[in-house]
Amino acid sequence: MSATSAATPPRERTTGVAGGPGGPRRRGSTLLRHLAVVAVAGLLLVGVSYAVEPFRNFQLATVAAYLCATAGLTVLTGLNGQLSLGHGALMATGAYTVALCQNAFYDRGVTGGLLLLVSLAAAVVATVAVGAVVGVAAARLRGPYLAGVTLAVAVVVPALTVTFDGVFNGEQGLSVPVEPPPLALGVYFPYERWQLWIAGAATLLALLLLANLVRSRYGRTFRAVRDDEVAARLAGIHVARTQVLAFVVSAATAGLGGALLAVLAQSVSPGAFGLTLSLFLLMAVVIGGLGRLTGAVWGAVMLVALPDLSHSVTEQLTLPAAAAQRLEGNLPLAIFGITLVVVMLAAPGGVQGLLSRFGRALLARWRVGRS
Amino acid sequence: MSERGDLLVVRDLVAGYGAAPVLHAVDLTVPAGTIAAVVGANGAGKTTLLRTISGVLRPQAGRIELAGEDLRGVPVERLVHRGMAHVPEGRGVIGELSVDENLRLGGLWRRDRADAARALDEVYQLFEPLARRRRHLGHQLSGGERQMLALGRALVGRPRLLLLDEPSLGLAPRVVARTMALLRQLRDGTGLTVLLVEQNVRSALSVADQGVVMSLGRVVTTAPATALRDDVDLRHAYLGF
Amino acid sequence: MDRFVFLTLDGLSRGAVYAAFALALVLIWRAARVVNFAQGAMAVAAAYVAYSVASATGSYWLGFVVALATGLLLGAIVDRAVMRYVDHTSPLNPVIVALGLVLLIQAVLGMIYGSEFRPAEAPFSRGAFTVGGLAVLSPYDLFVFGAVAVVVCALAWIFARTAVGLRMRAAAFAPEVSRLLGVNVGGMLTLGWALASGVGALAAMLVIPTELGLHPHAMDLVFVSAFTAAVVGGLDSPPGAVVGGLVVGLLLSYVSGYAGSDLTPLAVLVLLLAVLLVRPGGLFAPVAARRV
Repeated sequence: MSATSAATPPRERTTGVAGGPGGPRRRGSTLLRHLAVVAVAGLLLVGVSYAVEPFRNFQLATVAAYLCATAGLTVLTGLNGQLSLGHGALMATGAYTVALCQNAFYDRGVTGGLLLLVSLAAAVVATVAVGAVVGVAAARLRGPYLAGVTLAVAVVVPALTVTFDGVFNGEQGLSVPVEPPPLALGVYFPYERWQLWIAGAATLLALLLLANLVRSRYGRTFRAVRDDEVAARLAGIHVARTQVLAFVVSAATAGLGGALLAVLAQSVSPGAFGLTLSLFLLMAVVIGGLGRLTGAVWGAVMLVALPDLSHSVTEQLTLPAAAAQRLEGNLPLAIFGITLVVVMLAAPGGVQGLLSRFGRALLARWRVGRS
Repeated sequence: MSERGDLLVVRDLVAGYGAAPVLHAVDLTVPAGTIAAVVGANGAGKTTLLRTISGVLRPQAGRIELAGEDLRGVPVERLVHRGMAHVPEGRGVIGELSVDENLRLGGLWRRDRADAARALDEVYQLFEPLARRRRHLGHQLSGGERQMLALGRALVGRPRLLLLDEPSLGLAPRVVARTMALLRQLRDGTGLTVLLVEQNVRSALSVADQGVVMSLGRVVTTAPATALRDDVDLRHAYLGF
Repeated sequence: MDRFVFLTLDGLSRGAVYAAFALALVLIWRAARVVNFAQGAMAVAAAYVAYSVASATGSYWLGFVVALATGLLLGAIVDRAVMRYVDHTSPLNPVIVALGLVLLIQAVLGMIYGSEFRPAEAPFSRGAFTVGGLAVLSPYDLFVFGAVAVVVCALAWIFARTAVGLRMRAAAFAPEVSRLLGVNVGGMLTLGWALASGVGALAAMLVIPTELGLHPHAMDLVFVSAFTAAVVGGLDSPPGAVVGGLVVGLLLSYVSGYAGSDLTPLAVLVLLLAVLLVRPGGLFAPVAARRV
């Protein structure tokens, strides 16, 4: 124990202190800890992918794709205080880039297992470029102005697919050809399991990078800027640069998330990336708990689970077909909307905030009980 | 003065922001038709006292009575109906509204429209410069004119009790003297009761009938203003002159 | 040249609607320092109610009046039941709550009415008069101008000339001082929300027949355009909102007439960004008029 603490570089220790009351007791490198968590999560995911049916694999893969975007948005809104209603549009950027790349490869007859990686990387790069443009504008805007501009982005970008339908094929969208799982995994390897592996691996990597960023010097400047811009500026932080960096990082993850969604669905269309998606993402991070990466997980799970749940609810009711369809399509929206309002009014800490409060209370009881 | 003649009675008042109270059991009595000056150092709780009396701040304990009526639970916006006017710290002139609009605002709550209009005319007669600048916006006025506007706006409501927070703040001595003279004139002419809070002890005690010395959230002494002016020890200890 | 005249008149007619909607945004912004992102959804809800009333009774005008009443009521409800309880210390909070309302309102509308476009009736002909072979305004355009002009003048009169208008302005500029002067600040806030939401409902009633029809998302793009209009005029300035609305209407009409209607959303986004980056206070930002 003492050896580990002696080996801890001083910078890491200050990180721990800044991290809150639990900080000083924490020993060891943050990076190692995060790596361990990610490794365990990866192993668990592989295990789960064998244990559950293909449809659940697909759902988990979708959770992973959403998680990319919600985690990035958590960093932006929760840690840096910038509200973005345009992350659905950033996801669309990633999704369309993947679609265009994959189609370009296939049209030229280029095949190979690693092509998907190239396309995903291209998606991240393209979204970073778009994110940088929006981020530079965003860094000069505050509060409702920023919300308004990003809302405009969310509404306008999907419409561009119709404007330039020569490239994006309008409302129809594009198909995304994806290679089957490598033969080395066996002939009967379920496709959905392979999808979960791809999405899971990409998301875990993104989360690892985000978690380290949040714990690093940059993460502290993000929070400093969120809490008090003037004080941050006086402390020597370049506020605009920090805000652009936060926006670019969160755009990159949103782009990756969108790209993964496109790969999972094997198609992209503007309808999937409308304003509602942007609002869903925002809702997910707020309900999960603004500013906590663990909260982003809750949000992503809910994004997939609630529509599923509302499907089962609607099935229970005996309704005429048209009414049932209307109810099923809109029930998740209604639940999301109500939850968003109620959470903001009653529990601004979100689900994760409630859980940690509950957990602390339990722990305190347990300690009292033992002493 | 008898209990019946007291317009404002404050008993055991505890109030503040958050958990730690700023005022600890403050007692205060202001007889009708008199001027009381609350003096004391920065942070003594003078402004908090005024804000609690006018209901902006909810008291944690204690009683506030205006003309024998308990003010507990009366919302701020109803206190003008009871005859209380509060000119807040910084005077509260609304810069985006014209002089005329600011003044009319002071009488909007009144049912008696005719008398509200009469009161408005009287204020314009009392403060000539305001009448000349009727259409100007509040933020275009000088410090002295703002003072007139804030006082005038309070008077349009024909209050029985006027609460004044630091009327001398940021004003030239000549303007302060004029303000204090005006308060005396209002007391003698209309029977107005005034509770003012001041850092400028000398000019406050020059106009007041009664002086109330506060320190660290408590009333240290209540005495006729003339006696306070002559009490060298007290002046040294609490008032710094 | 003929085309230019036509596009200008058409743009002004569209702009009048944006002006009304932007004015509604500015009203709430001035009263509560909240940009009401739910205004589009609220206005659509009012328009759906009007649709139901009109189809049940066969009277467009009854539906029209009911839409305005629904708008007023909805604004008051949103303020009293939701916005009043939002923690306003962070400007993010009211925005997020408004977006929650957007999801909720659109979902409820989708459940009741479904999400196909429903044709919305126009009370007057949309065929343009021709003057000397030149297509100019339609009777419906004249109705739009008239309705917006009446609302703008009525609001200007209320705020500038009436006691309640003075109270509303005072409550917005200096809530605490206003309470000390006997103004029921909470009531004024609710009234502001109601008025704004009523104006928003009017704008929805005017614009929906000129677009694809009734749909839960019918006002999304209109909202963005109107927000742009409000920003062009400066969020704090009601006359600015009217001018901004006309500017945005003209721009969109020219872009759609000369470059293709698909480009109008992009044009709105570019205009919004350009104004915010070059003159964040709006083109008509008043000289610093802060209270001291």
